[in-house]
Amino acid sequence: MSLDLKTVRRVASLARLHLEEGEDQRLQAELNGILGWIEQLQAVDTTGVEPLSGAGGTAMPMHDDVVNDGGKAEAVLANAPDRVGEFFAVPKVVE
Amino acid sequence: MNPTDFTIRGALEALNEGLVTSEALTQAHLEAIAALNPRLNAFITVTAERALEAARASDKRRSDGIVGKLEGIPLAIKDLFCTEGVRTTAASRILGNFTPPYESTVTANLLRDGAVFLGKVNLDEFAMGSSNATSAYGPVENPWKRGNDDGTTLVPGGSSGGSAAAVAARLALGATATDTGGSIRQPAAFCGIAGIKPTYGRCSRWGVVAFASSLDTPGPVARTVEDCAILLESMSGHDPKDSTSANLPVPDFAAACARGVKGLRIGVPREYRLEGMPEEIEALWQQGLAWLRAEGAEIVDISLPHTKYALPTYYIVAPAEASSNLARYDGVRYGARVGGEDLKDLYERTRAAGFGDEVKRRIMIGTYVLSAGYYDAYYLKAQKVRALIKRDFDEAFGKVDAIVTPATPSAAFAAGEKQDDPVAMYLNDVFTVTANLAGIPGMTVPAGYDRQSLPLGLQVLARDFDEETVFAVSATIERAANLTKLPQVRAFA
Repeated sequence: MSLDLKTVRRVASLARLHLEEGEDQRLQAELNGILGWIEQLQAVDTTGVEPLSGAGGTAMPMHDDVVNDGGKAEAVLANAPDRVGEFFAVPKVVE
Repeated sequence: MNPTDFTIRGALEALNEGLVTSEALTQAHLEAIAALNPRLNAFITVTAERALEAARASDKRRSDGIVGKLEGIPLAIKDLFCTEGVRTTAASRILGNFTPPYESTVTANLLRDGAVFLGKVNLDEFAMGSSNATSAYGPVENPWKRGNDDGTTLVPGGSSGGSAAAVAARLALGATATDTGGSIRQPAAFCGIAGIKPTYGRCSRWGVVAFASSLDTPGPVARTVEDCAILLESMSGHDPKDSTSANLPVPDFAAACARGVKGLRIGVPREYRLEGMPEEIEALWQQGLAWLRAEGAEIVDISLPHTKYALPTYYIVAPAEASSNLARYDGVRYGARVGGEDLKDLYERTRAAGFGDEVKRRIMIGTYVLSAGYYDAYYLKAQKVRALIKRDFDEAFGKVDAIVTPATPSAAFAAGEKQDDPVAMYLNDVFTVTANLAGIPGMTVPAGYDRQSLPLGLQVLARDFDEETVFAVSATIERAANLTKLPQVRAFA
């Protein structure tokens, strides 16, 4: 499978990455190099193999459904690029 | 003897006997950093004042009879661990002004045991790289030079290049690091020091900037196997804040270093013999096996048939998880922001300006392999091959107690090499990446030199949560190798 420019631009949009002029072509070449190399996996017979999503063998633990932290608005907002009161501020989304 | 030449074990004894204070140890390291860091660029942030305050507080505790397991030991912290009140960048522009309001569990454990933090050390951006060249804060220089010293600057490896270079050059007694595909073991090998990636789940990931969550593993680097054992014991332990943290007791890892290998069965996987691998790597491997045999181990040929598929599997799984983890950098809650016409434009411009090229490449690959229509062909396929790689190890560990391989396919290479071909750079991790996919512990132990007198390491692997066997085998190799060369660039040289 090889990526065309349209797909590169669509993936960049999905990934929320702005591409400069010409960057799509450079990425296309690099990504196709990497994907071409990854292609060798298709040669592995995985019939009947259960996918492994993580190395941790144990089941996810449950915890009590209680409040155990919070009330730290100032700490949470301390690194915000922009804020209004106790809220993160962003450009207007709804006209 | 310069205080910067202590091992951690030696420094703990000297502190106990009152031969040195933590303040003097810390001061010596800060002087070494001031002298050498402008050249090596191992530290992104040096916290001199904080370190001296912490050292004096440690000396006070000691005089009051309160002595932690790492009381007064100066360490470097990879700039991927969140440290309360100290800037944490992940070597990325996007986190250039990020000051965490909390402490990671691993660093909190070290502080609990009395460690002193000298500062935050350099890495590849978001731990994505094998040469420390992708850092937004500049590359790190390997303190080792080729024997003919042709003036070439060598890379320290990556991603924990700053950790490894700082410890090798004696700017810290030890350092925290993380390993997602080899990021502890490859730089340790390139810089001639020891480093262990423990079993996935042994050290909490809480407060470590996430790259690929099913693979990311915190661990230590230090100049001896025993020092790694001492650090790992402090860093480990169950953490309810990381749902994949193992609820298991932490053994006395340092004691395991003295166990020896008598009666152990050591596996030698034939698939790790690569075409074109330098002769000296093969010779080192055979030498390591001979040492172990002489100490009473039995050497057994084994097969790990899916080894060659590990790297391509990794380069689907890791970017997929990274693309998801790095979605949080949106210019809204923390990190840098670049304004845009609307919210989507703000996201896109913020991320384009904040991330470097390698990070963007991996986000793009990850987004693609997870996107509709390609998920089964790439991501699901990779997860199935991952299962086969794990099965290979499960079967091997039915026959052997540990596996010994080379740590890297070459010694440290020159800065600028392999920059133009991402796949050539990825091949650095060919021997290390399998342990991350399977979750098992792996350690680099320095074992010899190449013909240019550059350090080479061997890798020791063992079963899940059997770091004790890793330490037993590694310490045996270390004792037999009895290496004495020091890097040319080092404190008070």
